Amino acid sequence: MRLNLGLKFLSMIAALTLVAACETVPEDTGDSSGSGATSQASSTSGSTGSSTSGSVTNKVQPGSQEDLVLNVGDRVFFGFDKYNLTAEARSTVERQAAWLKANPSVTASIEGHADERGTREYNLALGDRRATAVTNYLVTLGISSSRVAAISYGKERPVALGHNDDAWSQNRRGVMTVN
Amino acid sequence: MRNTVCNFTRAGNLFLASLLLIAFSTISARANLVVDITQGNIQPLPVAVTDFYSESEVAALVGQKIADVIRADLERSGLFKPIDQDAFLQKPVDLQVVPVFSNWRKINAQGLSTGMVKALPDGQLSVDFRLWDVFSEQHLMGERLITSPTNWRRIGHKIADRIYERLTGESGYFDTRFVYVSESGPANRRVKRLAIMDQDGERHQFLTDGSNLVLTPRFSPTRQEITYLSYFNNRPRVYLLNIDTAQQEVLGEFPGMTFAPRFSPSGNQVVMSMAEKGNSDIYLMDLRTRAIKRLTKHPGIDTAPSFSPDGAKITFESDRGGRQQLYVMNADGTNPRRISFGRGNYGTPVWSPRGDLIAFTKLTGGQFSIGVMRTDGSQERILTEGFHNEGPSWAPNGRVLIFFRQILAKRKGEEDKVRLWSIDLTGYNEREVISPRDGSDPAWSPLIPE
Repeated sequence: MRLNLGLKFLSMIAALTLVAACETVPEDTGDSSGSGATSQASSTSGSTGSSTSGSVTNKVQPGSQEDLVLNVGDRVFFGFDKYNLTAEARSTVERQAAWLKANPSVTASIEGHADERGTREYNLALGDRRATAVTNYLVTLGISSSRVAAISYGKERPVALGHNDDAWSQNRRGVMTVN
Repeated sequence: MRNTVCNFTRAGNLFLASLLLIAFSTISARANLVVDITQGNIQPLPVAVTDFYSESEVAALVGQKIADVIRADLERSGLFKPIDQDAFLQKPVDLQVVPVFSNWRKINAQGLSTGMVKALPDGQLSVDFRLWDVFSEQHLMGERLITSPTNWRRIGHKIADRIYERLTGESGYFDTRFVYVSESGPANRRVKRLAIMDQDGERHQFLTDGSNLVLTPRFSPTRQEITYLSYFNNRPRVYLLNIDTAQQEVLGEFPGMTFAPRFSPSGNQVVMSMAEKGNSDIYLMDLRTRAIKRLTKHPGIDTAPSFSPDGAKITFESDRGGRQQLYVMNADGTNPRRISFGRGNYGTPVWSPRGDLIAFTKLTGGQFSIGVMRTDGSQERILTEGFHNEGPSWAPNGRVLIFFRQILAKRKGEEDKVRLWSIDLTGYNEREVISPRDGSDPAWSPLIPE
């Protein structure tokens, strides 16, 4: 039951990711801001979008967190107790790598997060595995390891506050944060 | 008659002001008054704890407060039922010699505690305490404690410990403290601070200001020190904090996150996890030489280590077998073997101070429970379960556990609660440990050194 819901949610996220991948210009506030569409931060950033790409570049500083969220996607999601990158997660990380190459002065933290359904220490270790999975793939894609630092927050920094599968699947994430 | 004089002076310690204890009467007549605490759900023993008498009004007030502390400690243990003072037929002033036992039998008091307080010319407080077996009409024990008047709470806890020890045959645990993580704010912007308080929730104080995320504080078994995880400078590392001086230092220069620290029984080593390149293993640091020894080397997550009280073994959790389970290895890292085989996941193993049990968090069927098992994994017993119970820590006598529990809001507008709870090893006497705000990651101190 939980797994099904989780998969359903993940595929929804995946669909959103695809939309974001094809259209770098946000059409509206909600669902076009990359795979982080469900987070508070990205929907806030999304509200600054407009209908022409020209005005977006005027407002969004290239290489900024906002640029990353709007045009690339700042986060990937993981299965319950998993740290492998799904196909969607890999394509997000690939866009992130391209974006880092286009913005060579940017350095970033890669945060690994877990949902609340684990014990504190285990989740710290799991968050480290997730952050490392993203970081390793970025390095494989040609990003210098000196530009991306993995950090685990375990279950300490949820973005979704509910106690249900939807919230938990949003919280099992790897997030790129521009330094 | 035997006289023992111990000097409890600890330099540089404000709230452990010098304390002098004279056991002036340890003649213990063999009596029948014994609380059998090996059974679950026993009827609490009715005891009468009278206010400590004094001719001076000021000292009498302190005498009342000390008795309040004793009554509350005994009641909270679940093993004793202090009788309402309104029922007493003898006043403290009439109890300076031998009590009229028939008066105490009438109200069904099994044990009777009496005492006197005196203000000494040098400003110190002298506290005499006696314990009586009402039915056999015997004097069980007596002590005189001399201390600074500001130390009255600890005197109360110490006397409660003496009563507990005399009537149960187990060592006491009232003169102890908790360190824990005080929490406030919404879950996505949670502020976490180290805090410390007496075992009865009194004398609460914050140890950190909340500017850095802090987790999993643990007491040193031998010194006024705490080891914990801090995100200072966005570098999650294990720190050492001296409670008396408030000095903090990072432990070691590790390339990756260090976490899940715990002291060895000698207090001279800290065992912890280090995460490097996505893999967490267990390391041991000697606090004197700062030498580091790697104890596990496995691609699985190895964390939450806890020493056996004899220092010979370490229990830890690992997902090397596919899911999070409990393991025991020798203290040098050799011969790791799995001990938990039940359904679900197991984490946060903590070795009992008595050595015979390991307490843990169990995750199964969407529930988080607190349980205990023998150190070979047999005789698993769940003490409490619910949406989220996590992180048990033992009282120094191995009879009681403290842990934290999240209770979800029942309706909109309410907040979830994350609180500290304690439970008896038997699974009975479960109660909230009152803290000013939400709290998690509690650790029980050893008995406060004298």
